Amino acid sequence: MSTTRPPSTLSAARAVLYKELTLERRAPQTLTAMALFCASTFVIFHFALGRNEVEGAIASGVLWVTLTLAALLGIGRSFVADREEGGLDGFLLAPAPRTALLVAKATTLLIFLLIVGFFASVIFSVLLLGPTPKASQWASLALLILLADLGIALVGTLIAGIAIQTRARDLITSILALPLLIPLLIAVTKASEPLLSVGGGTLAWRWLALLGLYDLIFGLLAYALFDYLVED
Amino acid sequence: MPTTQSLYGRRLTGYAIATAIVLSVSIALAFFYAPIEVDQGFSQKIFYIHVPLAIVTLGGFVFGGIFGIQYLRSGDSRHDLRSYTAIHQGLIFCIGALITGSIWAKAAWGQWWVWDEPTLVSFLIVFLLYCTYQPLRFSIEDPERQARYAAVFAVVAGVFVPVNFIAVRLASPLIHPRVLDSSGGSLPNDMRIAFYSALLGVTLLFITICKYEMASKHSRAQLAALRRSLSGERDEPVSARTAAPRIAVK
Repeated sequence: MSTTRPPSTLSAARAVLYKELTLERRAPQTLTAMALFCASTFVIFHFALGRNEVEGAIASGVLWVTLTLAALLGIGRSFVADREEGGLDGFLLAPAPRTALLVAKATTLLIFLLIVGFFASVIFSVLLLGPTPKASQWASLALLILLADLGIALVGTLIAGIAIQTRARDLITSILALPLLIPLLIAVTKASEPLLSVGGGTLAWRWLALLGLYDLIFGLLAYALFDYLVED
Repeated sequence: MPTTQSLYGRRLTGYAIATAIVLSVSIALAFFYAPIEVDQGFSQKIFYIHVPLAIVTLGGFVFGGIFGIQYLRSGDSRHDLRSYTAIHQGLIFCIGALITGSIWAKAAWGQWWVWDEPTLVSFLIVFLLYCTYQPLRFSIEDPERQARYAAVFAVVAGVFVPVNFIAVRLASPLIHPRVLDSSGGSLPNDMRIAFYSALLGVTLLFITICKYEMASKHSRAQLAALRRSLSGERDEPVSARTAAPRIAVK
């Protein structure tokens, strides 16, 4: 009698990640919506603030408010297809560790956020940003986007896992995510401020440390609690 | 069948009397024993209610998270009820802490809201997060799933509180009156006695109200079970649109 070994977390996560990326490649929905949302929001900020160019704290605020709200779109869509098409039930029937779903979903969201972060930064620098950051400042900004997106992806996947089983999915996603992301936004906006100022500035390590701490804590929490969200 | 009295009513009268006595004594101490603070004058008296409310609020949220963990580990619905009650009452006490903090800010700095004050801002953020607890519960019909997801929320939010305090504090200059320092307190002895008695009084008030709420919810569930048995219904309704925990009554 032949026995089949259950897949490891990594191989199951890789399979789900491949499925997610293939879905988005074949029928682009989330990424395009997030990117369009960013561009439209920058235009709205131009008129709302009455400015052609922004710098410093305002530039940092505009960029991160836009990216956060765009992230909400991605978080809101994270489990929708699985829920509606029965993918979640299929996954639960498979002998795969449930952590694999967390890893795959968080990685998918992280990839989406990084792509949108890159796109939004370029569009923002063309449309609204006054000063031209140096290469080192772009590198620092890229590091910030990576750390912040990692935190958003982890918290976002946890919230999406909670919200997908509720009646008011969109409402719950927004009202849960925004307060939970405030510490991350405090750190990332404060850290971005000198990078987007006239004359430029350097990255403050304490904000990087806070972002790292946030990612670590919510990563561990998501790992510990995600199984309880996909029990049935 | 365990009665409400045996589950939640034990020592309830004792708690209520102790709360009334300690709160009355602490109010008397705050107004007639503790001296008037030199810089802020009479308005500093609000400290004796604001700080205990804030401390007890955080304690309530922490216990909400701990009971959430216990529910996830055991599946015992009594832990869900305890977690729900601690967070529910914590939220009400949080509103009290925000309002008294705002009044203190007006008296001390002339403004109802001060963004430079990290503790007050942190409380606002924590309040906004915990405000989502009831809508979250309400939007899940299945009682078992509602309890499980609420427990996950309670744990995440419980961990979020210190992270949030660190972030807001790093981002703001410190202007809040520091009445207790890290070495054990900068209060004179007479103020300290009034403060600790107020803290004890508010803690007792929190515990008493929580016990009353749990007793009330349990007796309501028993009443519903009796009504069902009188009308010949056997089973509990599978789902109901309510944020309150489902209490199993046999």
